[in-house]
Amino acid sequence: MVKKVVSGNYAAAYAAKHARVEVVAAYPITPQTSIIEKIAEFIANGESDIQYVPVESEHSAMAACIGASATGARAFTATSAQGLALMHEMLHWASGARLPIVMVDVNRAMAPPWSVWDDQTDSLAQRDTGWMQFYAENNQEVYDGVLMAFKVAEHKDVQLPAMIIESAFILSHTYAIVDMPPQEEIDEFLPPRKPLYTLTDFDNPIAVGALATPADYYEFRYKIAKAMEKAKEVIKEVGKEFGERFGRDYSQMIELYKTEDADIVFMGMGSLMGTVKEAVDVLRREGYKVGAAKVRWFRPFPSEELYELAKNVQGIAVLDRNFSFGQEGILFNEAKGVLYNTDAKPIMKDYIVGIGGRDFTVEDVKKIANDMLKIVESGKLDEEVDWFHLKR
Amino acid sequence: MIEIRFHGRGGQGAVTAANILAEAAFSEGKYVQAFPFFGVERRGAPVTAFTRIDEKPIRIKTQIYEPDVVVVLDPSLLESVDVTAGLKEDGIVVVNTEKSKEEVLASLKKKPKKLALVDATSIALEVLGLPITNTSILGAVAKATGVVKIDSVEGAIKETFSGELGEKNAKAARKAFEDTVVYEI
Repeated sequence: MVKKVVSGNYAAAYAAKHARVEVVAAYPITPQTSIIEKIAEFIANGESDIQYVPVESEHSAMAACIGASATGARAFTATSAQGLALMHEMLHWASGARLPIVMVDVNRAMAPPWSVWDDQTDSLAQRDTGWMQFYAENNQEVYDGVLMAFKVAEHKDVQLPAMIIESAFILSHTYAIVDMPPQEEIDEFLPPRKPLYTLTDFDNPIAVGALATPADYYEFRYKIAKAMEKAKEVIKEVGKEFGERFGRDYSQMIELYKTEDADIVFMGMGSLMGTVKEAVDVLRREGYKVGAAKVRWFRPFPSEELYELAKNVQGIAVLDRNFSFGQEGILFNEAKGVLYNTDAKPIMKDYIVGIGGRDFTVEDVKKIANDMLKIVESGKLDEEVDWFHLKR
Repeated sequence: MIEIRFHGRGGQGAVTAANILAEAAFSEGKYVQAFPFFGVERRGAPVTAFTRIDEKPIRIKTQIYEPDVVVVLDPSLLESVDVTAGLKEDGIVVVNTEKSKEEVLASLKKKPKKLALVDATSIALEVLGLPITNTSILGAVAKATGVVKIDSVEGAIKETFSGELGEKNAKAARKAFEDTVVYEI
């Protein structure tokens, strides 16, 4: 193992290199990140023979990845916020063609007003594109996530693209220790891609991007739905294998922290959950029975794991670093939906936190714990959605 | 956990200083985290950067509000920024300045337990030929805090800048380490 002190962005770039990515297509200008700069540096230094295709927009970046992936290559790209939004159309083309492209999105708030800070709304707005989504808590998870994502995405029963998501600045520009396994061990874990079909297999020609009439389109959608369902099993298998090989287990799609005897659980995604775990330890020392549930994979959604958690707790405080206008926080909305037809009925409240990079601290988690305790004890939910940091 | 806050101006390398300090502590087997204040700084504008050092993995992802150590790379910031905001009771302040202890103390809102002064600008000009103080100030940090050894700082500098540039910057850090005067307040 080599341990390096690297930013989240560099962790992503190293992971792409170690995954032996063959093609990277990217738009190299704002809002592009240092992920692509680092990959370009690897190539310039002769450390990597990745084919780098600089293109004129994020839309074209994804189009080039689609072309590369359709020929059987392992393709990778990275973007952020407005760039991801511009890619939106092509995201559907990637999943519809069942291409296992992996992309890192640096979670940034959408403009206007301009912001370069952390916010999950950019990636969650791509919820229905047929991409898998993994939210990283720290730089190590950015690195591990990219390696696992290729293995899951390329699995013959999945064949869907995956997005690894890291917080702007909080991970992307923060230097922390990342443990990188030896290349031979990564190669064993992630052998070269074996595509089921390719555009360049001239003995078995295929059509990509064809028309499907109402007689067939429906079945194509069903197959994606089934593949996404199957991906849950594959994610757990791959996460377990990763743990056995490298010592970091990802067999759970929701990572549970001190939830066994917890009355209240904080549930959220991404980097803010590191702070929440720290706060759980502080609160436990003060006698609070609290725990944390970190939703690693948002797509496919870990409904069964959520149910298992929810049936044993009194309250779930959902921490949404995102918002769906006209409704509520997106994780809250999903989690409530999952539990509706079950016997698990914890009280749930949605705390809108950290949007646009607002700092979310241990003190904030304490305040939420006290608010939630009051609600659980009285059995009365004062409001479903709390704009927690609002200047009043 | 030790939390360190750097104050500099855009272009002086405060962010690099925070990273090199983390690298130095990492080389001693510590867990580390280093990050800039998440802003859109421009050359010359006040900049903040942070380093956390601990014996165990660091999970917390917030900014640093109550630092153990404050490092000031640019003496003019003492007039415009409250550099001691949130400083812990037994906190340490390290300042690049040619001023006296009394003059610096008069401009601090909160009295630190220890004050370390070094004329890092003169050292940088002499050794590097440039007024970039991020590497020399780390020599002062090593001396004032003992949080890392000067050898580790030199190693991390050479790791960050290759060849002659690394050697010169390491030399600047060593000279600052020797020249720094630490006062118990």
